[in-house]
Amino acid sequence: MELLRGALTVAWKDVRLELRSREVIASALVFGLIVVVVFNFGLNRAPGSLAPVAPGLLWVAYAFIGVLAMNRAFTRELEHGGLDGLLLAPISRDAVFLGKMLGSLAFMLVIEAILLPVFAVMLDLPTLSPALGLVILLATVGFATVGTFFAGIAVQTRSREILLPVLFFPVVVPVIIAAVEASALALQGGPMTAVWTRWAPLLLVFDALYLVICPWIFGFVFEG
Amino acid sequence: MRATPELPDAGGPAIVAAGIRKDYGDRAVLRGVDLTVGWGEIAVLFGANGAGKTTLLRILAGLTRADAGTTHIAGRPMHRRGHRARRLVGFAGHQTMLYSDLTCRENLAFYARLYGIRYAGRRIEEVLAQANLSDRANRRVRTLSHGMQKRLAMARAVLHEPAALLLDEPESGLDAESVAALGRFLRDWAASGRAALLTTHSAEVGLAWADRSLMLAGGRIESDVAVSDGDRAEGGWYNEPV
Repeated sequence: MELLRGALTVAWKDVRLELRSREVIASALVFGLIVVVVFNFGLNRAPGSLAPVAPGLLWVAYAFIGVLAMNRAFTRELEHGGLDGLLLAPISRDAVFLGKMLGSLAFMLVIEAILLPVFAVMLDLPTLSPALGLVILLATVGFATVGTFFAGIAVQTRSREILLPVLFFPVVVPVIIAAVEASALALQGGPMTAVWTRWAPLLLVFDALYLVICPWIFGFVFEG
Repeated sequence: MRATPELPDAGGPAIVAAGIRKDYGDRAVLRGVDLTVGWGEIAVLFGANGAGKTTLLRILAGLTRADAGTTHIAGRPMHRRGHRARRLVGFAGHQTMLYSDLTCRENLAFYARLYGIRYAGRRIEEVLAQANLSDRANRRVRTLSHGMQKRLAMARAVLHEPAALLLDEPESGLDAESVAALGRFLRDWAASGRAALLTTHSAEVGLAWADRSLMLAGGRIESDVAVSDGDRAEGGWYNEPV
């Protein structure tokens, strides 16, 4: 209960700050639009022929947007020593981690939800299905968990903008692979058996692993 | 000033550091610091730039890990990292730990929730009044002057009524009136039975406020003396309204 109270307090603070400043969501949305436009024109494919590569493009864009959003979410804590304020509070480091993760998860889901219809139009995505929504949710939990962990580490270094993607991408590769494969199946609109029996459980397993390991190491890193 | 809440383990010293060592790379900053601050006592820590004053306060607050030694606040071992013990400490450092896009009241409400403060609304109004910021409670922190932000940071540090207050150069950036008000606040703080350890580069301020004066040099406490009334008189105007 105490863990949840602390985590929700931290997450709500992040949401409230974002509602005031809109700097994370606005910059990530602009970046996402630029990425999809660049992909669309850069690949220069005939209309309707982007479908085979669309899932990959979608997740590359989401991954880049995630790095941008999570980096900013943690940098905000450095501006006036807010991170010290969190670490001084009588809540566990797990609660701090979970709160920052929930905040980042909320930002990313909002950004993804706004950008998905744009991607659908620009990348000729054939079908938007509930299965795709589930895949996005599961993969984003993995992104937010790993991203929050590495953003917390990277933010303490001078080269944080470079360090975060360097640390983040190798670790989330399994999530990206599973998300791309599951999204491809979901977008084809055919049988979803492989999504439910293979990719969604795989994403769940990685989410669970990250949710156990990341807060644990985070606690050591930030323990004074 | 409110009635003193229950102070844990009030029999022993409020703040204890024993054998604190801290190295940054091959540079030993603290080489075995021992100090105690009693209940109802204000101690001031002097020292040159880089002497390790801030590092020592951060170790006592549980923000920085010591390489060796133990720290206790109100009898609770801070070096063992129990997060509940952090409730006993109020810390105000060089940074305000405030969020620029939240109002004064929202910042305090956020910390009140983190600390699980009962009757948070009433307590927030009290500390806002103490910081002379009641009329600016709904203004975003980014619109406040540096001095006002420092006062709000002090309000944040004492919001949860900690047993011990750790202040790193609390008077820097404050105008004379605010410094005097801070001095009066600290005297009330000590009179309520709590303890405070502060650092400053101003001998006048430190001697006006403190009961004991400690000098940190060469990584150790070089001197630890009681502040006499004569010493205090030299910095006396810091305790009076201007």
